[in-house]
Amino acid sequence: MIWFALKKLLGLVATLLVAAAITFVALDLLPGDTARFILGINATPDAVAALQEQLGLNAPPLERFLGWLRGMLVGDLGMSYTQRAPVGELIVGRLGVTLPLTFFAMVLSAGIGLPIGILAARKRGSIADTGLMVVSQLGVAVPNFWFGMLLVLLFSVTLRWLPPGGFVPWGVSPLGAFGSLILPSFALALPQAAILARVMRTALVDVQGSDYIRTARAKGLTMSEAVWRHGVRNALLPVLTILGLQFAYLVAGTVIVENVFYLPGLGRLIFDAISARDLILVRSSIMILVVVVIGTMFLTELTYGWVDPRLRSRRAE
Amino acid sequence: MRTLIEQLGKWLHHPSLRIGAIASLVFLLIGFVSVAWTPYPIENISISDAMQDPSAAHWFGTDHLGRDMLSLVMKGTLTSFVVAAIAVLIGALIGVPLGLAAASWGGPAEWTILRVNDFLFAFPALIIAMLITTLFGPSAINAMIAVGVFNIPVFARVARGGALSLKTLDYIAAARLAGMGPLEIARRHILPNIASLIIVQATIQLALGILAEASLSYVGLGTQPPATSLGLMLKDAQTYALLKPSLALIPGITIILIVIALNLAGDGLRDQLDPKLRRIGGVRGVA
Repeated sequence: MIWFALKKLLGLVATLLVAAAITFVALDLLPGDTARFILGINATPDAVAALQEQLGLNAPPLERFLGWLRGMLVGDLGMSYTQRAPVGELIVGRLGVTLPLTFFAMVLSAGIGLPIGILAARKRGSIADTGLMVVSQLGVAVPNFWFGMLLVLLFSVTLRWLPPGGFVPWGVSPLGAFGSLILPSFALALPQAAILARVMRTALVDVQGSDYIRTARAKGLTMSEAVWRHGVRNALLPVLTILGLQFAYLVAGTVIVENVFYLPGLGRLIFDAISARDLILVRSSIMILVVVVIGTMFLTELTYGWVDPRLRSRRAE
Repeated sequence: MRTLIEQLGKWLHHPSLRIGAIASLVFLLIGFVSVAWTPYPIENISISDAMQDPSAAHWFGTDHLGRDMLSLVMKGTLTSFVVAAIAVLIGALIGVPLGLAAASWGGPAEWTILRVNDFLFAFPALIIAMLITTLFGPSAINAMIAVGVFNIPVFARVARGGALSLKTLDYIAAARLAGMGPLEIARRHILPNIASLIIVQATIQLALGILAEASLSYVGLGTQPPATSLGLMLKDAQTYALLKPSLALIPGITIILIVIALNLAGDGLRDQLDPKLRRIGGVRGVA
């Protein structure tokens, strides 16, 4: 297991390095002079040159890249020149919205999707199964941000139960902060729950026909007992992989859904930075997104290897 | 040719495939009609006619600029289809050869391709779109590229999986004995046999691409005015949805119907091609 983990860890580090290099090169090639952009077109050449020097833009690219990497390792992401604040602080502040939102959405999506999938598989072929699968087909097709708009219309505008958008900081009122994340979490969770339900159903249907379920039945368990004790656990393997991927996509999804609810999350930060051409901020916040996504995939693979010993011994596919 | 037609006839008995294929074609047709004709030109801004309810003159009403909603939906459907289709093309044209190469060559080439694949797979199209947009500014082309890049590993996986399952068959061995190289075998014998797998995947990626285009345009990274797409209509609708929910409902429902139609067609095709492959296709693309 340790070798398996080490090998995966090495892969993780390599992937992150490549991702950082791509992000850096892509944004470094950007046409347009950052210093001139900050100072405006009327700036004197001297002022531009001075600012370039101050921002460290004159150093060779490799040196700047390594400097950026070193900074990220020690938590120093540089200063945002549009927001006039340390990039690290800005990002950490925004993660206070993005990460809880992703987490709530994940819990909701598993809490809704898995039971539905299990129910449909247990009642396979019944009207309930057909009905649930039709609903899930619909759920897969709904854009999450559009569903968010509908939720606002229903729960905020018509029923006035929840705020239509905006965010109360955790420090001001934890309950208020939680309240502002309820609708966004549901908007994010619904399409993912529909996918999970379908994956869970398929996995459980596969498992139900297997020999060990028949053996369990033969030794006297009822079908429900056999499925609960032996089937669900095995069926969870493919589901686990999907869950890991889903977390990654939920993080990306928050960036979209934040727009519906005017939430000050990581997405808002990146979009503002893109329109203001705040490259230092864009670079580091995109990299944070990448780290979260790739890190989650890494943890999923580790968990998968831990749950299923066969994967550890297998050579790379 | 005859067997192909018979095959098609047989397939159309499959209910979800029939419904899905016909509905997809109808939407596609609506999109194509918009090239030549829409009830009103979508550039026609007339504030005095803004936010009308559906009427005989405007079947779906008008938007906040007084533009005819039906015309916008028609044009938007076309944009969404075109963006998603080009993204599928990008994914298939790069991904399939990569997958085939990995399967035929094996060894270090395969290892490298798989690693690149894993790497691309870890990038939601949204992040790619953000990078491209920072570089070149937002446009529908950026959305195509971003979703297309996301499609590459998907097609590479399908092609490699299909090719590996064929590789051990006798006729491939026979071709090798006859002196064909791996590329020749891949092109002449493997590609035609995995074409159906690729078509199924293309249908599914088309549906995902339409959703992805909607998300990207909604956050301003995709299609830009004066062109329109279903996602861009939703972006416009957001401000006015409280006054007039139909502005958000109409494009949203259109997206859902198109995606359901494509998914039904894809699922049905997969059932027909290989019942064993019946699995829900992966994870949502962008978001």
